[in-house]
Amino acid sequence: MVLASIFESGVSIDFYIVLASVLFAIGAVGVMVRRNAIVLLMCIELMLNAVNLLMVAFSTYHGKGDGQVFVFFVMVVAAAEATVGLSILVMAYRNIRSTDVGIFNKLKG
Amino acid sequence: MTLEMLAILLGGLTIGSALMVVLSKHPVRSVLYLVVTFFLISANYILMNAQFLAIVNIIVYAGAIMVLFLFVLMLLNLNKDSEPITSIGIKLAGIIAGGVLLTVLLAALKDGLVITQQAVDSANNNGLVENLGELLFTKYVLPFEMSSVLFIAAMVGAVMLAKREKQIIE
Repeated sequence: MVLASIFESGVSIDFYIVLASVLFAIGAVGVMVRRNAIVLLMCIELMLNAVNLLMVAFSTYHGKGDGQVFVFFVMVVAAAEATVGLSILVMAYRNIRSTDVGIFNKLKG
Repeated sequence: MTLEMLAILLGGLTIGSALMVVLSKHPVRSVLYLVVTFFLISANYILMNAQFLAIVNIIVYAGAIMVLFLFVLMLLNLNKDSEPITSIGIKLAGIIAGGVLLTVLLAALKDGLVITQQAVDSANNNGLVENLGELLFTKYVLPFEMSSVLFIAAMVGAVMLAKREKQIIE
């Protein structure tokens, strides 16, 4: 099967390391730059996916399936996190009518 | 078209759509670009012969989580006018910090890789359902069952949080 031999056909593991690092950095910049809380959660999902991509790449590269099982668990945690995070946001929006993280400073002493 | 060109094309498209998630001002457009990013990441999984994860990625991320995001965005009726504006100083600081993070990540990962060079099994069937299912229900059966407890906790928590508080009638 031709697709099974991606790492033998000139694509090195370095390519996926660079790709995943760039995706992770884009997600991190998004968390730092954007102020809408929903977009912030989306950037966290992007960072999780960058890590997933790198884990699948290493799993294929080393010929072991364990990395892909870990990706499965990361997806489980991401789904739970998105659900709870979004319901907290809906609750906060009902109280202060905004999703701007700059306004969420009521806990500041 | 060789496999290498295909991988580079997919990688470039993935980075481009991920950039558009951060850059677009409209939150709904951000969600749609994130869906595109997830589909492109799934294409990368297929290229690495991780077929099970490619399908699960589309079903769970593009199908379930992104619909949830879109649903909340529509529920809160957010649009371009209600989008908070970041000051130019914070933007600059964020971009510099992200660039430094990227540099450090690349430097650290590139140096660590030299030691772990090893041959690749050409008949790589690890990503198929049969092998992953066997791993999941033998070696990782306890974490698998624990994840269902996590889901119950998340579900109860979400219902509790999103429930409207009872109106107090005098």
